[in-house]
Amino acid sequence: MLLIHCPYCEEERPEMEFRHAGEAHLERPKNIAEISDEAFAAYFFYRDNPKGVVFERWRHLHGCARFFNAARDTVSDKFLTTYKAGQPKPDLVGAANMNIPAKSGKSGK
Amino acid sequence: MSSAGEHRIAGVGRLTPANPVRFTFDGKAYSGLQGDTIASALIASGVHLVGRSFKYHRPRGILSDGPEEPNALVGVRRDAARATPNVRATVQEIYDGLNAVSQNRWPSLSFDVGAVNDIASPLFSAGFYYKTFMWPKVAWEHVYEPFIRNAAGLGQAPTEPDPDHYAAQYAHCDVLVIGGGVAGLSAALAAAESGARVILCDERAAFGGALRFEAEARLDGKPGYDWAQDAAATLAAMDNVRILSRTTAFGYYAQNFVGLAERVTEHLAAPAADAPRERLWQVRAGRVIIAAGAIERHMVFANNDRPGIMLASAARTFLNHHGVAVGRKVGVYTANDSAYAAAIDLKKAGIDIPAIVDVRDNPQGSAIDEARAFGIRVLTGHAVTGTGGKLRVASMIVEPNKGGAAEIIPVDALIMSAGWTPSVHMFSQSRGKVAWDAATERFLPGTYAQDCVSIGACNGTDRLEESVSEAIAAGESAAKATRKRAKKSKVKIAVEGGGDWTGSMLGAGPNGANGKVIKAFVDFQNDVTAKDIRLAVQEGMHSIEHVKRFTTNGMATDQGKLSNLHGLAIAAEALGREIPKVGLTTFRAPYTPTTFGAIVGHARGELFDPARHTPMHESEVAAGAVFEDVGPWKRAWYYPRAGEDMHAAVNRECRTVREVAGMFDATTLGKIEVVGPDAAEFLNLIYTNPFLKLGVGRLRYGIMCREDGFIYDDGVVGRMAEDRFHVTTTTGGAPRVLQHMEDYLQTEFPHMKVWLTSTTEQWAVIAVQGPKAREIIEPFVEGIDLSNEAFPHMSVREGTFCGVPTRLFRMSFTGETGFEINVPADYGRQVWEKVYERGKSMGMCLYGTETMHVLRAEKGYIIVGQDTDGTVTPYDAGLGWAVGKNKTDFVGIRGLKRPDLVADGRRQLVGLKVKDGKTVLEEGAQIVADPNQPVPMKMIGWVSSSYWSENCGRPIALALVEGGFERMGRTLYVPMPDRAIEVEVTGTVFFDEEGGRING
Ligand SMILES: [Zn+2]
Repeated sequence: MLLIHCPYCEEERPEMEFRHAGEAHLERPKNIAEISDEAFAAYFFYRDNPKGVVFERWRHLHGCARFFNAARDTVSDKFLTTYKAGQPKPDLVGAANMNIPAKSGKSGK
Repeated sequence: MSSAGEHRIAGVGRLTPANPVRFTFDGKAYSGLQGDTIASALIASGVHLVGRSFKYHRPRGILSDGPEEPNALVGVRRDAARATPNVRATVQEIYDGLNAVSQNRWPSLSFDVGAVNDIASPLFSAGFYYKTFMWPKVAWEHVYEPFIRNAAGLGQAPTEPDPDHYAAQYAHCDVLVIGGGVAGLSAALAAAESGARVILCDERAAFGGALRFEAEARLDGKPGYDWAQDAAATLAAMDNVRILSRTTAFGYYAQNFVGLAERVTEHLAAPAADAPRERLWQVRAGRVIIAAGAIERHMVFANNDRPGIMLASAARTFLNHHGVAVGRKVGVYTANDSAYAAAIDLKKAGIDIPAIVDVRDNPQGSAIDEARAFGIRVLTGHAVTGTGGKLRVASMIVEPNKGGAAEIIPVDALIMSAGWTPSVHMFSQSRGKVAWDAATERFLPGTYAQDCVSIGACNGTDRLEESVSEAIAAGESAAKATRKRAKKSKVKIAVEGGGDWTGSMLGAGPNGANGKVIKAFVDFQNDVTAKDIRLAVQEGMHSIEHVKRFTTNGMATDQGKLSNLHGLAIAAEALGREIPKVGLTTFRAPYTPTTFGAIVGHARGELFDPARHTPMHESEVAAGAVFEDVGPWKRAWYYPRAGEDMHAAVNRECRTVREVAGMFDATTLGKIEVVGPDAAEFLNLIYTNPFLKLGVGRLRYGIMCREDGFIYDDGVVGRMAEDRFHVTTTTGGAPRVLQHMEDYLQTEFPHMKVWLTSTTEQWAVIAVQGPKAREIIEPFVEGIDLSNEAFPHMSVREGTFCGVPTRLFRMSFTGETGFEINVPADYGRQVWEKVYERGKSMGMCLYGTETMHVLRAEKGYIIVGQDTDGTVTPYDAGLGWAVGKNKTDFVGIRGLKRPDLVADGRRQLVGLKVKDGKTVLEEGAQIVADPNQPVPMKMIGWVSSSYWSENCGRPIALALVEGGFERMGRTLYVPMPDRAIEVEVTGTVFFDEEGGRING
């Protein structure tokens, strides 16, 4: 079970308090009624599915109930950082340093 | 000779002869000592044959003394419900009355019919399953599957439900130490003395690990095993330490989350009735110290699987710990020094060692010198190339590696060591990457992925002294890393002795499997031989993952703890590649088999998925309701009276509602209070309908779409004040609708001042529907004018009902005059009883969800999720009137204009009239235009709702049909196995088409 840092509660809480909510940084067009079929498809249907860092939304459902954003590595399953909804995509180099787990043990001989 | 077995040697071992324990194996009575496992107690009585192998049914014995055991699996049976198959005899402690049985044999262990597989073994070589069971298809059903089912799996599952209970506990600590051998104990002492909160677990009954057999080691001047018991006692007495024996760390998950399974009562003769059988620990640790030790490997040579052939360390444990000699004439075959120590210990105990056969040409070291000094014949540069015997090994065939005459040496046991495999299982589970150490021929922890550290034998640290100092350092630094005010521990442990073993052999020994059909076993539990692995390579398997699956090497319940490296080495040799290039399969949880009971814990039966009851539930039970599950809710389905079946009850309820009145529990509908200055604006965006101009005190039926334009949910919304709405949702939709609204509010429209609160549990909702509804509720209502003029259909008023505050809705899901009485949930049952008492006297009935469904279908009202399937737009459902034509934005506005959604030929909701006037269509049945077309027919739609309508006197149905609105009056067909049912396309309203009754 993952521990997820809620940027609103400012606490690490167990995964079962949270619900995944899809890709982050997809903004609903203000003039949605007028956009082209292609633009609508790009907004609503097409999603990235990268191997590596994803930006995704989570909701602290059984906590503060807020939606927030996270950068997670789909290979290691590690959260690089979490941040509030509406904030820009973080600089991942800096973020990784902030939130990476404590130093690992010694390497094998 | 001792009563606890004729192979028990007086004065040897640590068990107390004063504590005898009686048990049975295959019905025969045996006696062992407190502290024995089934394995040690059977060997003490001279029993080595304990099971038959999986594929070839070959006689098998006890190979190891621990959890890695692949062979000695037995059934342990307390009663019909407590019969556990595949228990490792090397782990299960004996208790008075223990009843163990051998597995995979018929009719008896010593004479087994299935052993014919052994003679027919060329038929069962690698890939046998894949090649043999290919075709024809029909053979699967009648030949292959029954055969596989009979042959597959070892042991018998219990025939009754498990009556025991299983506990579960979360735990947090600074330092979790996995493994309680010398390294784990030392690390735990150092971490605990530094002030860290420590959990130490070990899968065995007692701590000490290799100190159980390592007789020469002394720590702090004490014999090693005694030191371990003292260390465990010291730790147990500390407030900041929890030590768990009989507890296996089986899974290592993200962020140092580790699963431990504690076996609480499996070793007890008479467990307390309230004791859990097992306890699942879910531990979150600051740092994990892995001190899992190493596992000795067997030698791979022909017929290396006869009972009496075992690992050298096992023989040493049986001797030094249990006081049991594994034979009277014990042969040794080794590539490693540690087997010498076992031979010397046995020799000292008076056991004859006819020869040590060492595959190495010129092994050097004190162990070899000492063996020679004891007068043991040491044959270096030799190999054991076969064994004799049937149900027990009787001889070993020894040949010089350089060629020469074979010698047959009689033995009654044969011990072996191909070296030690560091247990990197937990490290690998933590997603760490192992690294190949070519000098010592082993995989060691390489790159770490989590905050953990490996120490001792599992880290490749061989010398006892080094293990101890490495452990103390790891314990201290773990405390420092996880604890703010860690102090320096004063732990110092003086070390003397302990093995310093070199030597290793991977793969098959000389003459191991060249050409001849011989069985040199790599994986004992799955009966995989060296030849099978070579065959797999020959047949094109070049990745170890493919070799593993083709041969099933390492895929049995022991997960190849002994076999993986041998298999890999043989594959690498056959491929002509280096071992690390061929790869190592990933270790996965669980480390050893873990019971479903432990994992499930209390979450079973009624606690698996708790049911939700409405406040009126008990009244409904008393009224004889039959309930159905709707999501997590128990909803009254129908209320049968004496002699009524469901059909009769529903017909009566349907008639009564339309003729008099009926009362229905609508509490489960989702309810959301939407409040704030922008509440109307917000709902205007969420629903397709216009909401800005809805007057206070008015209700509106609203449809909610997703952005793609498909119906997501529906419900009635009441405006309680300018800035306050009472929203209802479908029963199943309540949580997702709130999530959907919160999502838009928080992330797309965050500028809006709106607050959303789930109020589903706050209100009890009682629907009273029918011509007499008003008359029934009238005496209970205060502060609300109930007249049709003052309180028309689709209105809401606040007042009191039975003296309780109410939000009274004038609305209908039946087409009759109707009210929905919302009262605070705590008053729900009293109000329900009051209304029922009066209504009953006037001829009203209670009705359930089935009647509700029929009545709404008679009116063509849809149920989202039944008449829609996530691809239905409001227009498809005939609800285009509910889409605000002048709105410039709402969720779904763009999606509804997508080319496919405005194209002709969409499936549209229509009514179906069955031409014969009596057949009730099956919901989900497909619809075709021409019943005589060839199969597969073109299906143009399906039946979404279908009932017998007592009020119409005929069956009614709703269906989604391609271009349905254009097919009014046309004949279509519903093909069934026996005939095609003729139907006519109609409108969706079957009863009171003018709709006058609702305004009565
Ligand atoms: Zn939160």
